[in-house]
Amino acid sequence: MNFGETFRVAFEAILSNKVRSGLTMLGVIIGVLAVILLVSIGEGARVYIERELTGLGTNLLVITPGKTSTSGGFHPPSAGTVRKLTYDDALAIKRRAWLVSDAVPIVFGTGRIKYQNRGRDTSIIGTSPEFERVRNLFVEVGSFVTQADVDSHARVVVIGRTVKDELFGAENPLGKPVMLSDARYRVVGVMRKKGVSLGWNIDDVVFIPVTSGQELFDTDGLFEILASTPRAEDTDRAIAQIKEILIKRHAHKEDFTILTQAAMLETMNTILGVLTAVLGGIAGISLVVGGIGIMNIMLVSVRERTREIGIRKAIGARNKDIMAQFMVEAMTLSAAGGMIGIILGVGISLLIPVFVTVLPTSVSLWSIALAFFFSVAVGVFFGVYPARKAALQDPIQALRYE
Amino acid sequence: MIYLTDITKTYRMGSMDICALCGVSLTVGPGELIAVMGPSGSGKSTLMNVIGCLDRPTSGSFRFEDREVGSMNDDELAHLRNAKIGFVFQSFNLLPRFSALKNVELPLVYSGVPARDRRQRAIPVLERVGLGDRVDHRPSELSGGQQQRVAIARALVNGPPILLADEPTGNLDSRSGKEILDMIIELNERGMTVMIVTHDQGVAARCRRVITLMDGRIEGDRVQ
Repeated sequence: MNFGETFRVAFEAILSNKVRSGLTMLGVIIGVLAVILLVSIGEGARVYIERELTGLGTNLLVITPGKTSTSGGFHPPSAGTVRKLTYDDALAIKRRAWLVSDAVPIVFGTGRIKYQNRGRDTSIIGTSPEFERVRNLFVEVGSFVTQADVDSHARVVVIGRTVKDELFGAENPLGKPVMLSDARYRVVGVMRKKGVSLGWNIDDVVFIPVTSGQELFDTDGLFEILASTPRAEDTDRAIAQIKEILIKRHAHKEDFTILTQAAMLETMNTILGVLTAVLGGIAGISLVVGGIGIMNIMLVSVRERTREIGIRKAIGARNKDIMAQFMVEAMTLSAAGGMIGIILGVGISLLIPVFVTVLPTSVSLWSIALAFFFSVAVGVFFGVYPARKAALQDPIQALRYE
Repeated sequence: MIYLTDITKTYRMGSMDICALCGVSLTVGPGELIAVMGPSGSGKSTLMNVIGCLDRPTSGSFRFEDREVGSMNDDELAHLRNAKIGFVFQSFNLLPRFSALKNVELPLVYSGVPARDRRQRAIPVLERVGLGDRVDHRPSELSGGQQQRVAIARALVNGPPILLADEPTGNLDSRSGKEILDMIIELNERGMTVMIVTHDQGVAARCRRVITLMDGRIEGDRVQ
């Protein structure tokens, strides 16, 4: 019996009991659907974060106080025992590391900003003028923090779009006095609208000179220093320069960490890769359950068709013909289920971002290929036992079966 | 063409061995028409299953056209059933989902005949058994006699030299039974070797040779 013939026989058997075949396939459909859907959500998250991190600005280096592992990763701000990073550290890097184009000091905290009787809790970033350039965040009206502001500890504030809308509405905020914690500040600029990035609303933030920020938060240290190199290939040498300068300034101790964008990306990729694999694995379990459904129904089918098996054997079917017939039937069920699952999975993956904008998805070819391969493999694996059972039937007993 | 020498077939029932065939020796020559008779449980069906290569004897030698069947593997037995033996059963044993034509084509499927040639070979056989106008009917749409004729067509389609019929008229009314029997005897007259298992003295009376089984042994073997 050739393959086309076997396939035709299997197809007829499947079509002869549509409801049962459909329900059996449903198990595989849901399994494949789950695999593709969850993997595309995981991949979507990865692609999204990669894009956002790259959008921070190119060739960015983040210097944070405290020494953590060299492989990168996120960690809490400095503990008390390590020497803090200071504004002077940032100036030294900028002045002496010639491969570094900018070194931007950052202090960060939260506080309440008030204008007349309206107030809002917001994030406060103390920084220097280069921040605009390094982070690709620009002022829309007025001006950003200037070097003169930094030098004079000026009480000036540049507000994000959300803060402007909340406190001032349609009113022009430039030159207006606001209270930041308990200090009086003057609004000098409004940032361009940027939106949400990595779950953080960049518009819900205010900028002040780094020196004023240190006074506001009562600290002489920095939260971090952002440095940038003009050319990506200089990154390693720039890191070496920064290290040399800072180690010299920190009593010959490397009590700081330099993270590159590449390292951050790598860390995120690792985390999300694991996440995707876990999601895919969980979905894979439902595929296995679908396979058990196939095995179950194939066993029923073999039993129901015992007499047919006997007849076929009596007129010359070999064991392997019977085996092939039931194997192809199981595989056709699972492959057809897999195909439908793929179509639904891809379809839903493409529709999700339309309706749920916070959930980006990315359909990857490998997940489609993998899901299809596994659905067929499930058919083979769970089809073997029933098919063998069918093939090894004793023809006489099979013929007597009622 | 068939030589059985001291064939036994035993089944285990609990701790006891029951012999369904207890030392049967038999020679069947080409073109013979044989009725196999005997009460229920005498081993008629087991004998037919052994000769039909559906069952392997426990001991003894079974030669089919100069080949020892006992040493064949399952695939070779399947080939023998496919090419050399035509079966007709009491309960027809047609596949209910298939049309008469598809049922008749089935042995050709397993002998590797391409799909387009099967129809050309199956239709004349169906016409020969008088069902040329019923090829697309399913078994459930045919009378008992017609179903048995489909079964005979299926048994003939591969042109086997021997036809084994196990109570072929047992489920039929007397008129269709006679038609079927006439058809089988006509096949024998054209040279086919035929063995019929039957309870019916009337059927046996039309066969030249009658073998009677009793308790797994041949009790009588006469030519009339």
